[in-house]
Amino acid sequence: MATDILMPQLGESVTEGTISRWLKQPGDTISKYEPICEVETDKVVAEVPAVVEGVLKEIVVSEGETVEVGTLIARIGEVGQVNSEQEVQMISSPSETKKKEDAVQEKEDSMKHRYSPAVLRLAQEHQIDLAQIKGSGAGGRITRKDVMRVIEQGNSQPEAVSTPDVESPITLHKESKAPERKEENPSIAQRKGTKPSTLALENGDIEVPVTAVRRTIANRMVMSVHEAPHAWLMMEADVTGLVSLRNRLKGEFLQREGVPLSFVPFFIKAVVDSLKEYPQLNSVWANDKIILKKRINISIAVSTEESLFVPVIHDADEKSILGLAKDVHRLAQKARSGKLELSDMQGGTFTVNNTGSFGSIASGPIINHPQAAILSFESIAKRPMVQNDAIAIRDMMNLCMSIDHRILDGYLAGKFLSRVKERLESYHPDVQI
Amino acid sequence: MPVMSYIDAVTLALKEEMERDSKVFVLGEDVGVRGGVFRATVGLYEQFGEDRVLDTPLTESAIVGVAIGAAAYGLRPVAEMQFADFIMPAVNQIISEASKLRYRSNGNWECPLVIRAPYGGGVHGALYHSQSVEKIFTGVPGLKIVMPASPYDVKGLLKAAIRDNDPVLFFEHKRCYRAIKEEVPLEDYTVPIGKAAVKREGTDVTVISYGLTLHYSLEAAKSLEQEGIDVHVLDLRTLVPLDKEAILEATAKTGKVLIIHEDNKTGGFAGEVASVIAEEAFFELDAPIRRLCGPDVPAMPYSPILEKEFMLTPEKIATAIRELAEF
Amino acid sequence: MSELKHTALGLTDDQVLEMYRYMLLARKIDERMWLLNRAGKIPFVISCQGQEGIQVGAAFALDREKDWLCPYYRDLGMVLAFGQTARDNMLSAFAKKEDPNSGGRQMPGHYGDHRYRILSGSSPVTTQVLHAVGIAYAGKLEKKDHVVLTTCGEGSSNQGDWHEACNFAGVHNLPVIFMVENNKYAISVPLTKQVAGGDIAARAKGYGFPGVKVDGNNPLEVYQAVKEAAERARSGQGPTLIEAVSYRLVPHSSDDDDRTYRSSEEVEEARKVDSLVVFKKYLMDHELLTEEKDQEIVAKIMQEINEATEYAEKASYPAPEDLYKHVYA
Repeated sequence: MATDILMPQLGESVTEGTISRWLKQPGDTISKYEPICEVETDKVVAEVPAVVEGVLKEIVVSEGETVEVGTLIARIGEVGQVNSEQEVQMISSPSETKKKEDAVQEKEDSMKHRYSPAVLRLAQEHQIDLAQIKGSGAGGRITRKDVMRVIEQGNSQPEAVSTPDVESPITLHKESKAPERKEENPSIAQRKGTKPSTLALENGDIEVPVTAVRRTIANRMVMSVHEAPHAWLMMEADVTGLVSLRNRLKGEFLQREGVPLSFVPFFIKAVVDSLKEYPQLNSVWANDKIILKKRINISIAVSTEESLFVPVIHDADEKSILGLAKDVHRLAQKARSGKLELSDMQGGTFTVNNTGSFGSIASGPIINHPQAAILSFESIAKRPMVQNDAIAIRDMMNLCMSIDHRILDGYLAGKFLSRVKERLESYHPDVQI
Repeated sequence: MPVMSYIDAVTLALKEEMERDSKVFVLGEDVGVRGGVFRATVGLYEQFGEDRVLDTPLTESAIVGVAIGAAAYGLRPVAEMQFADFIMPAVNQIISEASKLRYRSNGNWECPLVIRAPYGGGVHGALYHSQSVEKIFTGVPGLKIVMPASPYDVKGLLKAAIRDNDPVLFFEHKRCYRAIKEEVPLEDYTVPIGKAAVKREGTDVTVISYGLTLHYSLEAAKSLEQEGIDVHVLDLRTLVPLDKEAILEATAKTGKVLIIHEDNKTGGFAGEVASVIAEEAFFELDAPIRRLCGPDVPAMPYSPILEKEFMLTPEKIATAIRELAEF
Repeated sequence: MSELKHTALGLTDDQVLEMYRYMLLARKIDERMWLLNRAGKIPFVISCQGQEGIQVGAAFALDREKDWLCPYYRDLGMVLAFGQTARDNMLSAFAKKEDPNSGGRQMPGHYGDHRYRILSGSSPVTTQVLHAVGIAYAGKLEKKDHVVLTTCGEGSSNQGDWHEACNFAGVHNLPVIFMVENNKYAISVPLTKQVAGGDIAARAKGYGFPGVKVDGNNPLEVYQAVKEAAERARSGQGPTLIEAVSYRLVPHSSDDDDRTYRSSEEVEEARKVDSLVVFKKYLMDHELLTEEKDQEIVAKIMQEINEATEYAEKASYPAPEDLYKHVYA
């Protein structure tokens, strides 16, 4: 068996050596510890002795060449021996590969809800619901990169992110029209609360898949009810004058302006004017403080068959009945045709809900989070009322309001609602709009 | 620009500074006629004479103590400890004297001294020619501690250390001496003390290291490219004063930090780096801060098997990075 | 001491009176510090008492304009002779901001003053002996002719640094004077348990330079030895070791009680040959000093010390934020 002679390390920091001279030639017999060559390094010049006895079979590194420590420089064979067995090649053991596969299969989601400080911070800063993200880390952990990816994609595709101050029914609606994007973004889980239901189905039951829009509405309603303690109050308004006024104007209005004149612009106007008197109602809860919003942006609930959208009339306080009528019409059209834009959905500070349009006479609306209150205008109906100690037939309407009791108390809410009521009652057929 | 080894850069820096400033002189065991046991001072004796390239008696405390006196007088001595392992007899002079001279005299005296010491293992140096000793000094304010990894930094940092008005411990990794080569300008330049350097940009895991393990880290990072793991590597270069800003920046790159050094783990400098991150970059963290260090055994044994077990390698580092990447 | 006359050593009458004044000043400052300590005004005192003759004798033998000192913590007489004042030392005792040694950072006795080439010292003993060698080597490199005097106690002369320093200076033939102030006690441990052979001066032989032993209670004898050593050093003949023998008249420090390890009789005997007693007698014998004149000198010194004490007591402490200064340049 041949013995490999390697470049020795001559000195503690030395990493290479130069063969300055071979003292033996191939075929020469060598006794143990007999010098075979001279090596020069930065630190020393030294003779390198043979570590075995035998015959110098081969010189690998010739004189003048510099090689790294550990490099093969020559081979010494036994006397009369031919090249024989080679080193046994290492074969990677199959059991090890198996182990690795097992480990992959054992991957579970024990870390799914272990959030790192960076992940929590990013989620908060970008208002990301971590439950929506699929973790790529060990044990299903959501990594910082996972969140960053959502943020990055969210910037160009805001619909990928659910943020509380973006009224997201529409955003998700949009996304549902572009399912291919979800595939691009595998780290986002199906939707919030996608835990399979454990309810048993009975014969004849029909399973209706929850759409993205429905899911979002569900989530937002849960969030609002969960976070804001709701208080509810109702007042009754005599809108006989308003009804007469509208009846007088509506035909001419439609003809002249091209949009119908509903009661909604009057409701909004009454709300806006009253909000100016009571800015506490135009506010949001921000944990350590209450923020009184300067702008008055009225969210209006618009229903379609399967969905509820809440687009916003921005700076409603700067608008006339005509302007409001046009905005209401425009937004309702857009909602029903699925053309609402992100900017139509953002920034609401108070919500007006026209529940009367479908015949309701009383409702307990859920606040449009994170606003302070929501006001429902119920059906207008003729009722016998006592007026000046006589029975009169009047057009009556209930005003139902839910407030976030963290921000508001009944007293202030009552004052506000009274002012809305007074304003609505002050209309009469001769008012100019 | 010539390619030179780490140790050639040491020699060049010394030569240039001695040419530039007659107040610079070197002293130590075998630094004169022999040019140093590692040949770091080779040629200096011939060029500058025996008074400025002083062969001292075999007394480490005296080498440092005498250097402190000369520095206080106004010279700029560069003292060589033959091996960092042998710095121990001089520790009293370094900690009680050099580090405190300015402070204890309320700024009336200063100590512009450089102590060079070859450290580190992987050279079959056994227990007393392989140690990393930085942790003895990193907790001693008044000292600066420089641990370059590459020839360019060696030259620039050693020149900066010589010009610095405070005592600087300049630790040179022996394994790097002849193994690490790169282009080094022949022009005069310095590398600022107290500044770390990003050696590689990455987004998955941040490795913070210095000295030999910095090179191993870069090797590991290269090999992990194929696995799609993108490693960010920061070379501290100076331990004291510590470039906290660079550490925080590097942490923010990935949120996953692996600190690597050859010095043993308990009490090692990685603990300090980790503390800085935990204190000041908590909300950047996406994984526990990890340390990969020399084992907590007294020193590196002679037997090659034991030495290998002690030493960090690119493979060990790659494994640690991979674990963190997968976290 | 009668055989040694100051005039023969080249000292004028005024110079020897000045030496006496410095010795007295050192003693009186030291005594004041003990009073302040016992009155609870300063936390710590370490004394020069009994060694003033060595310190002042040595200082006068040097060139006080260019030579260097690496003293130890008892060398009050020496630093006064090199330029420090009673006020400087009171500021140090009270740890006030103006303390020139350390700005109130170090204990009293840890001298250091760039103005007078007195290198700042520490508490671990004999580290300064190596620094002295370094300053001497720097002088050689810079072609200066300064001499460096470094001192320590006899107990400290056992430290490795002391031996390393003597050997280094011997090998390189450097202008250093190693002076051991042998006051017979290293805190509580007497000379016999500290120094093998009992003779420190003899150790010089091993380092290849002269070692001389002198009576530390006689400032003129110390002056002569240091003068010769300085001349040797300045003329390139290398170092000298001087062992100056005296006695520590008070406890090691204000925190020590010497009655636990030595008899009061022994201390009383030593007081009889105290350098201040001996030197005063010499001056009076040679009609350079009278009791009247002595009282005049003492009165002036006391006035100086009173003023210094008052000043230092009223002086400002360092500000809390000074803690963070001068860690690095």
